[in-house]
Amino acid sequence: MIETIRFRLNDKPVLIRGDGERLLLWVLRSDLGITGPKYGCGIGACGSCTVLVDGMAVLSCQTPVREIDGSSVTTIEGLATNGSLHPIQKAFIEHGGLQCGYCTPGMILTAYSLLSENPNPSREEIVEGMENNLCRCGAHVRIVRAIETAAREMGGGKK
Amino acid sequence: MAGENSSDTAGAADIAVRPLSRRQFLKRMGAAGGGLIIYFSTVDPLSWARTPRTGFLGSNIPGDFNAFLKIGLDNRVMLYTGKIEMGQGSMTSLPQLLAEELDVDYEMVDILLGDTDLCPWDAGTFGSLSIRHFGIFLREAASEAKGVLKALAKEHLKIPASRLVTRKGVVFDRAKPEHRVTYGALTRGQVIEKHLETVPPLTPPADFEIIGRTVPRRDAVDKVTGAARYAGDIRLPGMLHAKILRPPAHGAKLTGADIKKAGAVDGVQVVREGDFIAVLHEHPDVAEAGLARIEARFDRPVTGIDDKTIFDHLLKSKPKPEIASTGGDLNTGQRMASEIVEETYYNSYVAHAPMEPHTATAVMKDGKLTVWASTQTPFPVRARIAGRLKLPEDQVRVITPYVGGGFGGKSASQQALEAARLAKRTGRPVQVAWSRAEEFFYDTFRPAAVVNIKSGLDRSGRMVLWNYDVYYAGQRGCELYYDVPHHRETVFGRWRGSARKNHPFGVGPWRAPANNTNTYARELHLNLMASKAGVDPLAFRLMHLTDKRMIRVLKAAAERFGWKSGKTPGKRGYGIACGIDAGTYVALMAEVDVDTGTGNLDVKRVVCAQDMGVVVNPDGAKMQMEGCITMGLGYALAEEIHFKDGEIFDLNFDTYTIPTFSWLPKIETIILENPHVPPQGGGEPAIIGMGGVLATAVYDAVGAKLLELPMTPDRVRKAVERVKS
Repeated sequence: MIETIRFRLNDKPVLIRGDGERLLLWVLRSDLGITGPKYGCGIGACGSCTVLVDGMAVLSCQTPVREIDGSSVTTIEGLATNGSLHPIQKAFIEHGGLQCGYCTPGMILTAYSLLSENPNPSREEIVEGMENNLCRCGAHVRIVRAIETAAREMGGGKK
Repeated sequence: MAGENSSDTAGAADIAVRPLSRRQFLKRMGAAGGGLIIYFSTVDPLSWARTPRTGFLGSNIPGDFNAFLKIGLDNRVMLYTGKIEMGQGSMTSLPQLLAEELDVDYEMVDILLGDTDLCPWDAGTFGSLSIRHFGIFLREAASEAKGVLKALAKEHLKIPASRLVTRKGVVFDRAKPEHRVTYGALTRGQVIEKHLETVPPLTPPADFEIIGRTVPRRDAVDKVTGAARYAGDIRLPGMLHAKILRPPAHGAKLTGADIKKAGAVDGVQVVREGDFIAVLHEHPDVAEAGLARIEARFDRPVTGIDDKTIFDHLLKSKPKPEIASTGGDLNTGQRMASEIVEETYYNSYVAHAPMEPHTATAVMKDGKLTVWASTQTPFPVRARIAGRLKLPEDQVRVITPYVGGGFGGKSASQQALEAARLAKRTGRPVQVAWSRAEEFFYDTFRPAAVVNIKSGLDRSGRMVLWNYDVYYAGQRGCELYYDVPHHRETVFGRWRGSARKNHPFGVGPWRAPANNTNTYARELHLNLMASKAGVDPLAFRLMHLTDKRMIRVLKAAAERFGWKSGKTPGKRGYGIACGIDAGTYVALMAEVDVDTGTGNLDVKRVVCAQDMGVVVNPDGAKMQMEGCITMGLGYALAEEIHFKDGEIFDLNFDTYTIPTFSWLPKIETIILENPHVPPQGGGEPAIIGMGGVLATAVYDAVGAKLLELPMTPDRVRKAVERVKS
């Protein structure tokens, strides 16, 4: 069934006509050329495809595009504002919270969502919040440190 | 470098200017924009090379330094390398080597990696060789280039060579520093042929200014903003995504397929060449839906081989033995021994599971094929594609964008051939991006392996016998560095070579190939021996060591860890393991809680001390150590491929468990400076001891011998039961 779906993508309006059952990941990557969200597993088990829908982390490989009609989607490409990196992005750079970088967009957007809900997370809460995002290179210890730093920079965080 | 390099690099002669002619040079100009290259020509380009280019790693590496670098009009230097960036940090550390030897600011060096048209030939990015092997050729090229620049400056400034000094991209007169010329000005407007009869010596470690300094990752901004492009992020006009029909099991044969329904999907194109059936569409999910409509029938093999029977199967067809190392006489050792300890150790098949599955994008234009591939081996992939598609090698260009993890698994690169084949066939750009299931199915796993060790102690508690047989893992790391007078290490089959055919599916190199198996078996066995001798495991190791580098890393780890002699109380154990990999010495210590009820192991803390010779980028090296320790938790505790009759049961992260945030121990890394040894490997060494350090911790905690990796809760419980009974 052909449907019309409207949403905002990185602050720009988007209109899609097509099968509303198609998954957001492929619509973003293939139809719209937004390649920040990555395919890692296709079953919602790795977090590489994470995007923000109305500010909260969503697995785009598990989300029919129909469900985001009327929503606002932010991908890693849309996180920096006016050429200025978000504090989470800066903290990932500062701490070297990445190696191959493939999981990084998902890590950063999951961290964004985590800090939106809990601006002042303990280390245990960070670990719990990031648990479903996989990283094979083993950048975990630095990712945790980066999120702690970002929390402080953003005004929350353990002082 | 410290001080100024004023050595006379004369012997330079025959400056000639000639028009642009060289194909590679012109291509670079087109690809990289302006700037000039110092064109260096010799009768035999290898004649000046101090380090011989030999073997499969080296024999095709160009002798001409221009292949490695180009100095632009703006004084920026472009570094060309056939290495690739998969997270290990080469794009950050290789420019440090070049900047040091050429004497330019680190920030003035750009780098282009993994493009077979523009970069010097390279065997591939594996074996922790980028710094310790390629790095030498790169430094020699830079040193040669600097010598040529000084010779040019001598003409330009009209002063004796002895007064010439270089500093940060400028050559000047020692007596009159304002009398100067930049590298860019020297190379401007002409292509220069120049030959140095002698290559200036490389900068000694004591003078390093850029090597040894932590510099930030060059890929970090790209990777946190989504600007980083991987092979699957390439978008070309008219590009199709291909999904390929796969067998349900290794060894299964296609007996029939009805492709009509797939072709009925709007916009779908189906390609069939014998057993090779691909469904293509401009969107990958639509291609996938088309593939699902193909009705295919397969004949499946019944071999009876599964993850339980595999060891019997492998040992039945024992490969030819090769003695890796031997000393003394085993019979004498046997006679001297008052106590014999014999055990057999096993490890399962383990997947690479990089976060980015194998992906390639290919396009054929005017007879030339260009392939963007997630691969560790762009040049061998080019050769394979050219061979299989019957194209001349210079009509195939492989470009390697960022690679989303490799760990040894992205060498075969079947997906690149598939994309190339479909691009040639359809005339359209084609992307082949493997699903996670394809990634697991076609992985070249770390081989299942068996180690048998028979060792003996004399009455004084010293080891006098070490008879070590390793099956299917390979040689790396099997040679004994403990002092045992009568020893032999024998290798029966390797992860490469003819033994591979005995496995029911593909196997290959997995981060520090063979060494994880060898170090696990050796180090756990050492603790069994220490226990038999009634000596603390650290003290037992030290009393059998004369190798100063190994003693140093062990002592450094012990000091940081707070190693104490004697059994630790309760269900908490201390583990210890050491080893040598890629020229680097590494010692690990760990603290582990054992839950004897559930069999769960809780790794509290891991300390790792490493001597990797001269360190190029200390923070980058620490990232690799942390990555090794974290990744190593996986093969030690959980990772294992289940299979039967060629069917792989673990095809995604729901059943194949890799380490996550909640597994994290406290990780402490120590790098021991060693300016007397050139830079050694960094990407692999710290992972080799993870099986051993955790197995010895469990042994310390509850006396249970974990003779098989991974140490799953079930195996831990059973081992604990064996101790009780």
